[in-house]
Amino acid sequence: MTTQPVTISFDGRPLTAAAGQSVGAALASQGITAWRSTRKGGKPRGLFCGIGVCFDCLVTVDGEPNQRACLVEACEGMEVEGS
Amino acid sequence: MSQSSDVLVIGAGVIGAATAYFAAQQGQSVTVLDKGLPASGTSSACEGNILVSDKELGPELELTRYSLGVWHNDLEEHKKLWEFESKGGIIVASRESSLASLNRVMAVQNSYGVDVEELDQAALREAEPHISPEALGGASYREDCQVQPMLVAAHLVRLATEAGARFIADTPVTGFLRSARDGGRVTGVRTPRGDFPAGAVVNCTGTWAGELAAMAGVEVPVLPRRGFVMVTEPLPPMVHHKVYAAEYIDNVGSSDAGLQASPVVEGTPAGSILIGSTRERVGFDRKVSTAALGLLARNATSLFPFLKDVKAIRHYHGFRPYCPDHLPVIGHDDRAPGLWHAAGHEGAGIGLSAGTGKLLAQALAGLTPDMDLSPFAPARFGEFGSVRHHRNSEHREEATA
Amino acid sequence: MSVTADVAVVGVGPAGLAAAVAAAEAGARVAVVDAGNQPGGQFWRHAPESVREADGHGHHGWSTYLDLRARFDAARGAGRITYLPGLQVWMAERTGLPGSAEFVLRTTAAVASSGAAPATVAADRLVLCPGGYDRQLPVPGWELPGVMAAGGIQAFIKANGVLPGKRFVIAGTGPFLLPVAAGIAEAGGKVLAVLESSSPSAWLPHLGAATGVPEKALEGAEYAAVFAKHRIPYRTRSIVTEVLGPDKAEGVRTAKVDADGRVRPGTEREYADVDVVGFGWGFTPQMELPVALGVETRLDADGSLVGVVDERQQSSVPGLYLAGEVTGVGGATLAVLEGLAAGAAAARPDSHVPVKQPAAIARHRRFARAMHHAHPVPAAWQDWLTPDTTVCRCEEVTAGEITEARDSLGARDIRSLKSFTRAGMGWCQGRVCGFAAGCLGAGPGEMPDAGSLASSAKRPLAAPVGIGELAALDN
Ligand SMILES: Cc1cc2nc3c(=O)[nH]c(=O)nc-3n(C[C@H](O)[C@H](O)[C@H](O)COP(=O)(O)OP(=O)(O)OC[C@H]3O[C@@H](n4cnc5c(N)ncnc54)[C@H](O)[C@@H]3O)c2cc1C
Ligand SMILES: Cc1cc2nc3c(=O)[nH]c(=O)nc-3n(C[C@H](O)[C@H](O)[C@H](O)COP(=O)(O)OP(=O)(O)OC[C@H]3O[C@@H](n4cnc5c(N)ncnc54)[C@H](O)[C@@H]3O)c2cc1C
Ligand code: FES
Repeated sequence: MTTQPVTISFDGRPLTAAAGQSVGAALASQGITAWRSTRKGGKPRGLFCGIGVCFDCLVTVDGEPNQRACLVEACEGMEVEGS
Repeated sequence: MSQSSDVLVIGAGVIGAATAYFAAQQGQSVTVLDKGLPASGTSSACEGNILVSDKELGPELELTRYSLGVWHNDLEEHKKLWEFESKGGIIVASRESSLASLNRVMAVQNSYGVDVEELDQAALREAEPHISPEALGGASYREDCQVQPMLVAAHLVRLATEAGARFIADTPVTGFLRSARDGGRVTGVRTPRGDFPAGAVVNCTGTWAGELAAMAGVEVPVLPRRGFVMVTEPLPPMVHHKVYAAEYIDNVGSSDAGLQASPVVEGTPAGSILIGSTRERVGFDRKVSTAALGLLARNATSLFPFLKDVKAIRHYHGFRPYCPDHLPVIGHDDRAPGLWHAAGHEGAGIGLSAGTGKLLAQALAGLTPDMDLSPFAPARFGEFGSVRHHRNSEHREEATA
Repeated sequence: MSVTADVAVVGVGPAGLAAAVAAAEAGARVAVVDAGNQPGGQFWRHAPESVREADGHGHHGWSTYLDLRARFDAARGAGRITYLPGLQVWMAERTGLPGSAEFVLRTTAAVASSGAAPATVAADRLVLCPGGYDRQLPVPGWELPGVMAAGGIQAFIKANGVLPGKRFVIAGTGPFLLPVAAGIAEAGGKVLAVLESSSPSAWLPHLGAATGVPEKALEGAEYAAVFAKHRIPYRTRSIVTEVLGPDKAEGVRTAKVDADGRVRPGTEREYADVDVVGFGWGFTPQMELPVALGVETRLDADGSLVGVVDERQQSSVPGLYLAGEVTGVGGATLAVLEGLAAGAAAARPDSHVPVKQPAAIARHRRFARAMHHAHPVPAAWQDWLTPDTTVCRCEEVTAGEITEARDSLGARDIRSLKSFTRAGMGWCQGRVCGFAAGCLGAGPGEMPDAGSLASSAKRPLAAPVGIGELAALDN
């Protein structure tokens, strides 16, 4: 079992997450509640359904766009970007 | 029994909606019936291209250009309601042979007054920066444009009612009223909500038109042809025109300038890219075909390689109403006096709706239509069905707009 | 990758886990696909097993889970279950070809970085157990960051072991709000209030006894104790009328309502310093796969579209079985019972072994019905909206745009509203807004009929899929 915390980056800033946490949890537990703005209204969005249904929580992970932050497990060195 | 109308339109797809709109504008009293809501048939399962580029020379091209004029003039004030966009179409050739064919087609189209311009590789790339590096050149059609078809049907019905027409949803026509005299003249329709008498009855039921005609004892050979459309995740603008591949023309003899293009890839105002559309003759089979999705995906990524990293979020399919000679039926049915048809517009009904509606309204009002409707005569198929069966008769899966 | 099996199971929550175990133990070769990385589904969601051994803390029915899980692992070890985690089914097809498998599932990695390779699963029988998600009713401000689905908050805690904020208000209807609030409090969060729109006065023990499901009475008592310990106010006939921003949730405005959900003037109050607001109005079963395969559907007591099944959980499509939320929202115990019946029947479709525990299934269904009647969607909820309240979060379509399309263009069902307004056309394909849009289309005080809901559940792509993956389809 790997219980060491992991370090990821969010928009270039380093961020520590507990092992096994989702990217969404890593962000939210640091007080980051929004990481995307909507196309039409430019409104901030973050987690909503928490289980992969709503697609509100989309992030870019290691260059792969539109990943659901609530489902992606944070891994050491992962680069996460909002949009 | 309901009060009699001058014109009773069956079907509130784009064709019925346009017919009702123009008939109401003519001052006729109009009733529109649909078995469902407005735009519940093929008009809500298609794309909204108004294309000049892919039309066969002759009556089809003529009707297209007439219709384009109606969109731009008669319907100008309502453009915003249905997101009318003059974005232009581009046909792309990726092989020397198809480029040669494309050039031949352009020459013929030019001589018919189609606004087409050759694009060399650099011009093509400037117009569509994300096009495949393999694209050799193309043709640009500035007249091609697009609308949101569901909004067209719904707003034309609304505008018709504002001009005095009445629309009744959830009312399937189950038969016709016939007079005992006048050679059994059609004098209205039967529905579960009662009879609706009318001076003229117009069958605008798309793929159901054959069924309706049969209720009146006449044959109108309208058949379904399935098409799939795939929709991507919303993206920033990547595709600026309607873009399709010209590889088809290889198979088209130079004497036949009709162009059947491969899938259209186009951006939409909402950011999704539409990838349309296959063409299959499988009757009314509603089963999803992975073969069709695979074909669309391969064709689209060969035009725009960036699409391979993009996600499809939905797809849908519709049934194009087509006649054996690939021309619509528009006009009075002399075999059943009082009955008119406007159906069978195949893959072009959205674009052709405005012109069809206006011409038919003129004829219904006893005026001479702006354009000769005889090539579209409902009785042209005769007793033995098809007369001009010269294209699209193969059963293979094709792709076109 | 290609997998063939006698029985394929989609979903490995309570229903799917039970179905897979029952089918394998009856001798079938079973393939199990689930979008998650480990068994459990929503109810038994737990932290990644690679990180922390699950101890069942904060869980109900954990011994049932451990039992099913052990049998699942044993069947995997014996080669009778092929488990395909991390894959989302994007399409389910019936081949209709004699001599080949009746059902084919196409899958894609739920998370791109997971490295899960898409697989095609072919099977003679299929058991669909895709569960559901929180049902939502929009209110002004619900699109602000910090507003979450009530179940989403719970899932967050169960999977991550931390809280998504500090000070919570939970609102909506149904007994499920209780474990959500209890879970937050036990994890150290402050629950300022639980607002329940109906007035189920001590219904849980009462209903539990009346319908013969005594364990529900026990559960109720347990929550009551947690609420007392953490001093969580439980306010009935109360709703959140607005989430206060401007850029993220910072407070809520609440009010008392009458039996129909109409706000009682003068009862408004505000809660400040709130950072997470959780909403849950029951659940919406995930119906796209059953609908795509053509099952007969019906409207359940809670207004959800669900699949019709016989006493062996078989749908109207031969060889296709349904279990769990997709046959009617009814909780994990019922989901397990249904899964066991479905799995056994799918393994031996021709035998007439009677369903085990039919009486228990009937009892739990009765309980679920009573629960739905005690916690209806308030008839007047549409009055809570202002014209500029967002209804479709993805495409940012407002209530005003939807009612305008209804009134001037005759759009009544979810499908035509989508055509005319784009509500439901975005990333989530109407999963979140579909029910609410359907209510608005049906008119004040109304709910969508089965046809309207089915038009929304028609999602021939059950999940987004890469166009590159589609291009590589052998077909
Ligand atoms: C995939 C695809 C892509 C397409 N792309 C384009 C494009 O880009 N551009 C273009 O111009 N065209 C396109 N088309 C073609 C276009 O969609 C059709 O030609 C057009 O929608 C036909 O309109 P309609 O009004 O004749 O039929 P429909 O829209 O089908 O309307 C017929 C109406 O009749 C009603 N009806 C049927 N029976 C009865 C009855 N007994 N009583 C009462 N009402 C009845 C139905 O409910 C329906 O509302 C495409 C088609 C498909 C399938
Ligand atoms: C977030 C959440 C929390 C809940 N918490 C509680 C609770 O505390 N108490 C309670 O009584 N009830 C709770 N419920 C209700 C609960 O869902 C049911 O009581 C029970 O879990 C239903 O079991 P199921 O097996 O039908 O579905 P689920 O447990 O939802 O399992 C469904 C599984 O199917 C998978 N799946 C769905 N679609 C696909 C697809 N296309 N491809 C691959 N896999 C797919 C999902 O990943 C999931 O693992 C919760 C519901 C939700 C949504
Ligand atoms: S929070 Fe809904 S998909 Fe991630």
